Amino acid sequence: MNSNGRKKPKIAVFKFASCDGCQLSLLDAEDELLAVAGVVEIAYFPEASRSMAKGPYDVGLVEGSITTHHDAERIQQVRRQCHKLVTIGACATAGGIQALRNSRDIDEFIRVVYATPQYISTLKLSTPIAEHVPVDFELRGCPINKAQLIELISATLAGRKPNIPTYSVCMECKRRANVCIAVAEGIACLGPVTQAGCGAICPSFNRGCYGCYGPMESPNTASLVEQFRILGQSDPQIARAFRGFNAWAWQFRKASEECERHE
Amino acid sequence: MQNSAGPVPRAVVTLEGLRRLIPLLERRGYQVAGPTVRDGAIVYETLKKLEDLPAGWTDEQEAGRYRLKQREDAALFGYNVGPQSWKKFLHPSTIELIHIERNGEGVRVLNQSSPPPHYAFLGVRACELAAIRVQDRVLLEDRFADPVYASRRRGVFMVAVQCTRAAPTCFCASMQCGPRARQDFDLALTEIADKGRHLFVVEAGSAAGAEILREMDPREASPALCQEADEAVERAAVQTRQMDTAGIRDLLYQNFEHPRWDHVAARCLTCANCTMVCPTCFCTVVEDVSDVTGSHAERWRRWDSCFTQAFSYIHGGSVRPSVKSRYRQWMTHKLASWIDQFGSSGCVGCGRCITWCPAGIDITEEVRAIRGGSATSSRAL
Repeated sequence: MNSNGRKKPKIAVFKFASCDGCQLSLLDAEDELLAVAGVVEIAYFPEASRSMAKGPYDVGLVEGSITTHHDAERIQQVRRQCHKLVTIGACATAGGIQALRNSRDIDEFIRVVYATPQYISTLKLSTPIAEHVPVDFELRGCPINKAQLIELISATLAGRKPNIPTYSVCMECKRRANVCIAVAEGIACLGPVTQAGCGAICPSFNRGCYGCYGPMESPNTASLVEQFRILGQSDPQIARAFRGFNAWAWQFRKASEECERHE
Repeated sequence: MQNSAGPVPRAVVTLEGLRRLIPLLERRGYQVAGPTVRDGAIVYETLKKLEDLPAGWTDEQEAGRYRLKQREDAALFGYNVGPQSWKKFLHPSTIELIHIERNGEGVRVLNQSSPPPHYAFLGVRACELAAIRVQDRVLLEDRFADPVYASRRRGVFMVAVQCTRAAPTCFCASMQCGPRARQDFDLALTEIADKGRHLFVVEAGSAAGAEILREMDPREASPALCQEADEAVERAAVQTRQMDTAGIRDLLYQNFEHPRWDHVAARCLTCANCTMVCPTCFCTVVEDVSDVTGSHAERWRRWDSCFTQAFSYIHGGSVRPSVKSRYRQWMTHKLASWIDQFGSSGCVGCGRCITWCPAGIDITEEVRAIRGGSATSSRAL
């Protein structure tokens, strides 16, 4: 029970193929976590607690992509147990860095990497959760921004729309009064086609945006590819730039495949 | 502001005389802001001393490209406008409007914002004075005045600098906003840095300006020196970029369906950089946030842009879902419907949107293309 006498909403955190970094963002929110724990029941969170309360859950946070037959079945059960299902991070939302295998031969990887390939049972593709079940909200990032996660939880509890913008990183960069590194230094930066949310971290430290938050709402990747070429980037370099944590997001995938064809 | 109280309408001040300016302003309670070098560009920040100015630096600008270069002299103002404008101070990018705490059954609204500083702007160009006039019209002189802008704008001490060079992206002459600053300043400097001289021809535009000038060890500027300064500003009026503004409002109103909009949409990134750097773009979004416990809420205002989908979101979706419709909205508002709405163009010809567009889109070229003239890509490699 919370102070209003209402039953606390139950939150569950599930992990699929991922590095755990997004779950850690929740644990990392030290200042807010106690407040979160005060207003919600963190019912299932194996990364943080041994006690695992049974479903159904009000909100399920899902980290990771689907890479095995077992996980493809498990996500169906998770969906049935969660009233609202929210994916957290690039793996759950776009397939993650492990989706790099999607454009290559998985069997060859298995033969090269594993001493006894016959023990490996995996799907050919690493796919986002939304390719398997309906998703209520997708929180972007590699890893997610803990402030956005807290905002999402707060907004959900308050019954309001979360302030999670879908415009470009450039908006955050300019609001921070950064000097544009693409224009002033000729650095290839994915900021114009990448969704805001990180606070423009990399451009603030003189690095081009790596696209961790995936495609923004209306990404004109073809135009940015043209600009990268003007900045002296080769097509293989440009293809690699789009093959990061969100390589399987279709707009980035299309851009990298076109650069590869152009090689 | 009129030249009424100044003892010398046009004076000449040495570098040592100018060195007194920042301390003189600080002694009168001003926080001095002006150009300085940071991260490979000339930006506007708080200045503490004359050495903070970009002495010996200049810029090279083209569509989508900006580079700092060393000058052969030690001129303090030998460059044109950079990525930032004075709206950084007058119309801040991010500001908390209200702060609310739950207080038992009720709520308490806390106004934590401290009063803004009294600004003195050092190094304001003619196009920037024009941009501030445009924002004054929008944010102060309409039915509703914006209290945030009003509190920051009130009593700003303006030190204008006359441009003696134009960047290839400048087109203030076309927009009749420059290069000469003629009004709305307290002091206007024309820098002469050559042949072993480093002088500033100074014009006082207000009594406050004249008072400060008297303490900068001014000498009377000879007619020859005044003429030299005027000719230097005239040279900046020779600009390679131009915009034909004749009948521009009707031109754009009659060309909502011009094929050029598809052409620009293929290049436009909808990244919003043009609107962020534009010194007259004023749109903001107001966001309410609450904490997890529901005991604390904040209302923030941030720069927004007509290039985002959320900007035109109404019930059912975004009114301007396509790139084409968003670019057309921005340019048509800036150059045409602004005239109907506020009585002037929204463009002052500073060229920031050209330089800082990562795709190098040039608003003057887009106008030319819609007019039916030749449109060749001017993107520098």
